[in-house]
Amino acid sequence: MTAPQTLVDKLWSAHEILRRDDGESLLWVDRHYVHEGSFHAFNKLSERGVTVAEPGLTFGVADHYVPTRGSRRDIANPEIARMVRQVEENTAKHNIRLFGLDDPGQGIVHVVGPEKGLTLPGLLIVCGDSHTSTHGALGAYAFGIGASEVAHVLMTQTIWQKKPRRMRVTVDGATAPGISGKDIVLAIIAHIGADGATGCAVEFSGSAIRALSIEGRLTLCNMSIEAGARCGMVAPDQTTFSYLKGRPYAPAGAAFDAAVEEWSMLKSDPDAAFEEEVTLDGRRIAPVVTWGTSPEDALPIDASVPDPSSEADENRAKYLRDALDYMGIAPGKRLTDIAIDRVFIGSCTNARIEDLRAAAAVLAGRTSKVPGLVSAGSTPIKRQAEEEGLDRIFREAGLDWGESGCSMCVGINGDLVAAGERCASTTNRNFRGRQGPGARTHLMSPAMVAAAAVAGRLADVRPLLAGRKV
Amino acid sequence: MEKFVKLTGSACPIDQSNVNTDQILPARYLKWTRAMGIGKVLFHDLRFDAEGNERPEFPINKPAWRNPKIIVAARNFGCGSSREAAVYALCDHGVRCVIAPSFGDIFSGNAVQNGLLTATVTDEEASEIIDALTANPELPVAVDLEQQTVVCGNRTYAFAIDPVRRTRLLNGWDDIALTESYRDKIAAFKSKDQTKRPWAIPAANP
Ligand code: SF4
Repeated sequence: MTAPQTLVDKLWSAHEILRRDDGESLLWVDRHYVHEGSFHAFNKLSERGVTVAEPGLTFGVADHYVPTRGSRRDIANPEIARMVRQVEENTAKHNIRLFGLDDPGQGIVHVVGPEKGLTLPGLLIVCGDSHTSTHGALGAYAFGIGASEVAHVLMTQTIWQKKPRRMRVTVDGATAPGISGKDIVLAIIAHIGADGATGCAVEFSGSAIRALSIEGRLTLCNMSIEAGARCGMVAPDQTTFSYLKGRPYAPAGAAFDAAVEEWSMLKSDPDAAFEEEVTLDGRRIAPVVTWGTSPEDALPIDASVPDPSSEADENRAKYLRDALDYMGIAPGKRLTDIAIDRVFIGSCTNARIEDLRAAAAVLAGRTSKVPGLVSAGSTPIKRQAEEEGLDRIFREAGLDWGESGCSMCVGINGDLVAAGERCASTTNRNFRGRQGPGARTHLMSPAMVAAAAVAGRLADVRPLLAGRKV
Repeated sequence: MEKFVKLTGSACPIDQSNVNTDQILPARYLKWTRAMGIGKVLFHDLRFDAEGNERPEFPINKPAWRNPKIIVAARNFGCGSSREAAVYALCDHGVRCVIAPSFGDIFSGNAVQNGLLTATVTDEEASEIIDALTANPELPVAVDLEQQTVVCGNRTYAFAIDPVRRTRLLNGWDDIALTESYRDKIAAFKSKDQTKRPWAIPAANP
């Protein structure tokens, strides 16, 4: 009898090539995703005069710097143009399949992987991007790495890791209508803190998680890094298998059935032990928005922002004062009294088809009081949304309908929120200056961003959903 | 990679929690190569206002702390994006050690790859060191990785670091050379794995 194992243990041992005496393990990498930012690592390969060990397991995308408007090839800024060209050249040189600017499969790396069936249960996936945790939604062991590690993976298809602590976050109970994966994950981060899961591999479980679609689980795992987690994951189930069936790079036919049989075993054994356990009641989760400059600064929409003067802990009071000052919000103000200047619906967190449908369900027949941009997570999603007529709803509401890319999530393609402007955003980071120097970001679900657009201020989406099909 | 054994020098306190890699190196500088002088834009938007003037209140702009070898911060330093260039910016500015109660996971991994020590102390210890430095900016701080101690004024603090990372820093080891020595084991794993998990190989490029 072997001891009961967690899902993390099972994925770990399937990839462990060797373990050194000091406890570091060398792990096999099944998929490596690269993007424009991976140029540091490719330069390291050139310096050493070596080639990529497993180009067939390496896939590239152009996402961080791609334009969302106008002709995609006419990039006015030469530095941005160079970033896109570099990933084209590096992937071509090393024989790596690229979902580039002109590819119909182009999109944000963490959207493309699952969409193409490259991301599968049981795989170990790395990418030089912190939100690689997203792919755990399908039962993969997926984590972000730095440039030195990217170079290491390119050269060896392996990575050194120390086994993380195991944390289980259980959310039981049916969530109310209008509550999404984003509300769940923001509630979790508010509960455990932005470093609450540091050094941990997090398995999300419980009936509220099981009930989530793959889109919802991708959002959840995407933001596990915002609690400091090494990676987040959901054990694969029928929802996962149905999602993957027929995807281009996934096994097909009998091979798919055989794979499903193996994937079905990827779950924590009943008595498996976790170093950390956290539980939340799904029935009590309300729509959540952030008010401050860390994703942990999250509150239910009917709450008020904190008042530093009623905070006993001096360090905490200072933190609150600084955050409110940056955000330009008076202490104790009700969240629903905060007026916004702009909305953004996009990013690897919340720009999949279900997200766009949720926002469109609120916006249909209504107008946005503020300008905004909608950028689908991938070009295929953009096309699907257009087939469903969602683009019309956004346009008629007064929002821009752009091409797919990271866009205003990080602003490095030029889609910026101006200094001092307040943006209701479906992205994952409300850090100071994340959407542009001086920009103020409030994170929330796509439906809540749509509600904010209609109200011109932070707003509860639930009344706006009355009588609508969601 | 340069070894890290002992270090004594000026230490700059940054009394903020959740200092993220966007703050350490704003995203617009990610296009830069290291040769372009990434150390100059370390903490850019915290150091400078929109017009490019120094913000006098930001600690690195104070005379005693302009070129710190050490940074002392509150919890969760280096959270956020995986950009290793944030570590390049610190290193190229001359910083060799960050002391804090906790660190972003990817950040501390990147740090070790570049010979930057991330020394973990408790919340109270970090505040104490920050207070001591604020009261006496010239106070040098000494870090000893072999002993795992930080000495600040007349106080000595023990810090924590993952033992594997400690060994790597002490020896200045490079991962790739080490991994190459296991080439046979990797090849053996790969061939066995391909029969064990055939579904892990991507279906033919459609
Ligand atoms: S959408 Fe945002 S979070 Fe996602 S990969 Fe792009 S920049 Fe990173």
